[in-house]
Amino acid sequence: MTKMNISLTVNGQVHEVEAEPRQLLIHLLREDLNLTGAHIGCETSHCGACTVEMDGKSVKACTVFAAQAQGADITTIEGLAEPGTLNVLQESFREHHGLQCGYCTPGMITRAHRLLQENPTPTEEDVRFGMAGNLCRCTGYQNIVKSIMAAANELNPAKEAAE
Amino acid sequence: MNDLSPDRAERSAKLKGLGHSRKRVEDQRFTQGRGNYVDDIKMPDMLFGDFVRSPYAHARVKSINIDKAMALPGVIAVLTAKDLEPLSLHWMPTLAGDKQMVLADGKVLFQGQEVAFVIAEDRYINADAIELVEVEYEELPVITDPFKALEPDAVVLREDLAGQTSGAHGERKHHNHIFLWEAGDKEATEQVVETADVVAEEMVYYHRTHPCPLETCGCVASMDKVTGKLTLWGTFQAPHVVRTVASLLSGIEEHNIRVVSPDIGGGFGNKVGVYPGYVCSIVASIVTGKPVKWIEDRMDNLMATAFARDYWMKGKIAATKDGKITGLHCEVTADHGAFDACADPTKFPAGFMNICTGSYDIPVAYLGVDGVYTNKAPGGVAYRCSFRVTEAAYFIERMIEVLAIELNMDAAELRAKNFIRKDQFPYTSAMGWEYDSGDYHTAWDKALTAVGYDVLRAEQAERVEAFKRGETRKLIGIGLSHFTEIVGAGPVKNCDILGMGMFDSCEIRIHPTGSAIARLGTISQGQGHATTFAQILASEIGLPADSITVEEGDTDTAPYGLGTYGSRSTPVAGAAAAMAGRKIRAKAQMIAAYLLEVHDGDLEWDIDRFVVKGAPEQFKTMAEIAYASYNQAIPGVEPGLEAVSYYDPPNMTYPFGAYICVMEIDVDTGTHEIRQFYALDDCGTRINPMIIEGQVHGGLTEALAIAMGQEIAYDEIGNVKTGTLMDFFIPTAWETPTYTTDFTETPSPHHPIGAKGVGESPNVGGVPAFSNAVHDAFRPFGLRQAHMPHDHWRIWKIGNDLGLHDDV
Ligand code: FES
Ligand code: FES
Repeated sequence: MTKMNISLTVNGQVHEVEAEPRQLLIHLLREDLNLTGAHIGCETSHCGACTVEMDGKSVKACTVFAAQAQGADITTIEGLAEPGTLNVLQESFREHHGLQCGYCTPGMITRAHRLLQENPTPTEEDVRFGMAGNLCRCTGYQNIVKSIMAAANELNPAKEAAE
Repeated sequence: MNDLSPDRAERSAKLKGLGHSRKRVEDQRFTQGRGNYVDDIKMPDMLFGDFVRSPYAHARVKSINIDKAMALPGVIAVLTAKDLEPLSLHWMPTLAGDKQMVLADGKVLFQGQEVAFVIAEDRYINADAIELVEVEYEELPVITDPFKALEPDAVVLREDLAGQTSGAHGERKHHNHIFLWEAGDKEATEQVVETADVVAEEMVYYHRTHPCPLETCGCVASMDKVTGKLTLWGTFQAPHVVRTVASLLSGIEEHNIRVVSPDIGGGFGNKVGVYPGYVCSIVASIVTGKPVKWIEDRMDNLMATAFARDYWMKGKIAATKDGKITGLHCEVTADHGAFDACADPTKFPAGFMNICTGSYDIPVAYLGVDGVYTNKAPGGVAYRCSFRVTEAAYFIERMIEVLAIELNMDAAELRAKNFIRKDQFPYTSAMGWEYDSGDYHTAWDKALTAVGYDVLRAEQAERVEAFKRGETRKLIGIGLSHFTEIVGAGPVKNCDILGMGMFDSCEIRIHPTGSAIARLGTISQGQGHATTFAQILASEIGLPADSITVEEGDTDTAPYGLGTYGSRSTPVAGAAAAMAGRKIRAKAQMIAAYLLEVHDGDLEWDIDRFVVKGAPEQFKTMAEIAYASYNQAIPGVEPGLEAVSYYDPPNMTYPFGAYICVMEIDVDTGTHEIRQFYALDDCGTRINPMIIEGQVHGGLTEALAIAMGQEIAYDEIGNVKTGTLMDFFIPTAWETPTYTTDFTETPSPHHPIGAKGVGESPNVGGVPAFSNAVHDAFRPFGLRQAHMPHDHWRIWKIGNDLGLHDDV
């Protein structure tokens, strides 16, 4: 199949890649750019394991064509913090045991990161609703919710003080 | 030495040993997206393999034409059964003593069955080529109901077994019958049932479902033609067993095969078995000389690998008028699908289903399980449970409820009346299991008090009255469950898989500077072994857990072990770790005696050091001893500090728990809301409370899924109706309640540190708690039994069948 040239920014770095128009963004990230943090759990946009940020929105990279990412600004789990360091959310997941097998984790954290941009002071209900596009088979979500709430409080101490 | 002086407390805290909620060492990588799962593996020239699968549940394969597929640029090969036959690999043995087609040999027996294996340069070309493989089928009559499969004139499913009147587990009484497995005393039980004051009878169905870990199954096979060494990376819960099987199948000597389980994205039983994808990838790599990757997509996973449950359990429970249980009779019709590929210990074709007397002191019992072939996917794996224990727990916890109805008795009281008492342990059940330890009454009372049981019952009764008066359309259900698990398979004398005894192992090497590496025969799939096994060792050898690396999953380096499933890692490999640690300590004591110039009997162990009895200022820490072991010539003692232990457990362990679920049910919409879920677990000695709690949350959520909506459903012509996550229910954060966890701690008397294992308890005990809550809500209106899953439609239907929609 004929390929097209796609230029996109991923984690602050500009990439020029050749891809078939039908190629999925998740495959482009994982296979062409070696960013294997985002995972594939269903390929039908149900599980959220493939969640990345595209132009300031959470997207499921298994249901975005690479061609749709032409000119886009994308952030993946690898771009949330300097390699070897954890950002507040990542640290909070570790601290509150918000992960077990780790397979959903990159998608979870990337989604949570965007959620906290959209709503810096969420209630537990907001978090549960805002994370409902990301499935986890291991944790039962309780500690994921706890991790996100704790991160929100840390990032926005004013709210905690107000409570 | 028992004072907890500040110094001792501090030294003990530094170790982060048993009982410490140590943060997980795995998480640093995982939270940064730096895990290494099988699909992350990339090798030069790697090819992709994938299957042409059958659209039919039962059909003859008339012809396969691969010409068009082969003509597509980038396609390397297409394998069919004919190609595998000369290697005798078109069929493979299953773990249950049956055999399974690797690629369709003349016919297909379930939808999604592997028909041909396409090997191509990338996954897109592969997908195109799959479309181009032309298979001509002739449809045959389909059987998806195990009872119909056993009718005299039912179509023969397994023609390959024609004329075979016995199989791996004895007599086959019909051409679609696999085995009858019996336990207990049939005659005595039948006599008790016939003469009892009260007998409750019920058919309890535990529907077919699927473990569905977030990561599907897959592998990368790489045959190095230069060295003759085959390396296989994959989603294996039992890498050593996979290596042995691969060697037996391929004829490659076992030392020339390296099996590696990288990070695994959840297993829950799905990744125990050996699948056609592994076999075909190995063959493809041997044929092409290149690495070959095979990764299931979600539909493949749900349709073809490893279903769980599908047990029709017909029960009779006998009791005296005042509610003392006198006997239990259970006959199971087990739907195994097209091939018997259950992952059970060899001698237990129905797993440990004979733990179905549960937490109760039942004098006589009988269990008979008939395994049956149907046109469904093979499997029968232990989905987050020890072999068939979830089925057993669900069965007995439903039968108790039905008996309570029959006796017009409170179900909590009926349970308490029949629990095995604390003073009866070790207790031998009517089916012959020796329960190691337990204190059920204490746990039960704690649970009932915690939820305010009596107040809840009063509220429930008021609600029923209000409902009858037409003031509300919501009912309250109180779901009770007291389960006993049987885990830690198991003693080599009666537990093996393909002849391999179910021991496990640990090897420890202490480095000169007082850090260590430990390797085990198990493999974590999220349970946090790298964290908890280091904690066990820290407490045993007195080096900080943070200084101990735990490695698993590489057969070239790890000692042989049977892997991780059935909650066996803590009971078996955890014990091996403790025992290996004790060997280290024994040698360390001799070294310390030499260094301190005393007799080794004059030393005692104190947290992280040996001290001279009565002279605590004279001591050698484990770190000092480790250094000495490498740089001093000690008469009669070999240099170095290493140990290995293979642990053959003397018995299973029996974790237990008391769960209570309070549910509000809307009779008109069939929706539910979980108001409260209280889970008390007793898993013996607690290694890491944080991890235990996480396991309980996760297991309960899988139980919620199973009880309230998750199933692998077929239509009558064998189409899988739940093949994507659209139809296959997995709860989101939105539907999942917040759980309250609690514990009691009754150590196992035979385990070196008293630990019993916990990962699966919440699934075993959770399903009956959720399901009993639904049943309990409708009990005042006459409901006895409604089959799971209790999705909205089915709950609505319960109300409808009971006439509760009639006047509105
Ligand atoms: S892989 Fe994209 S949502 Fe599941
Ligand atoms: S941690 Fe395993 S799927 Fe979420």
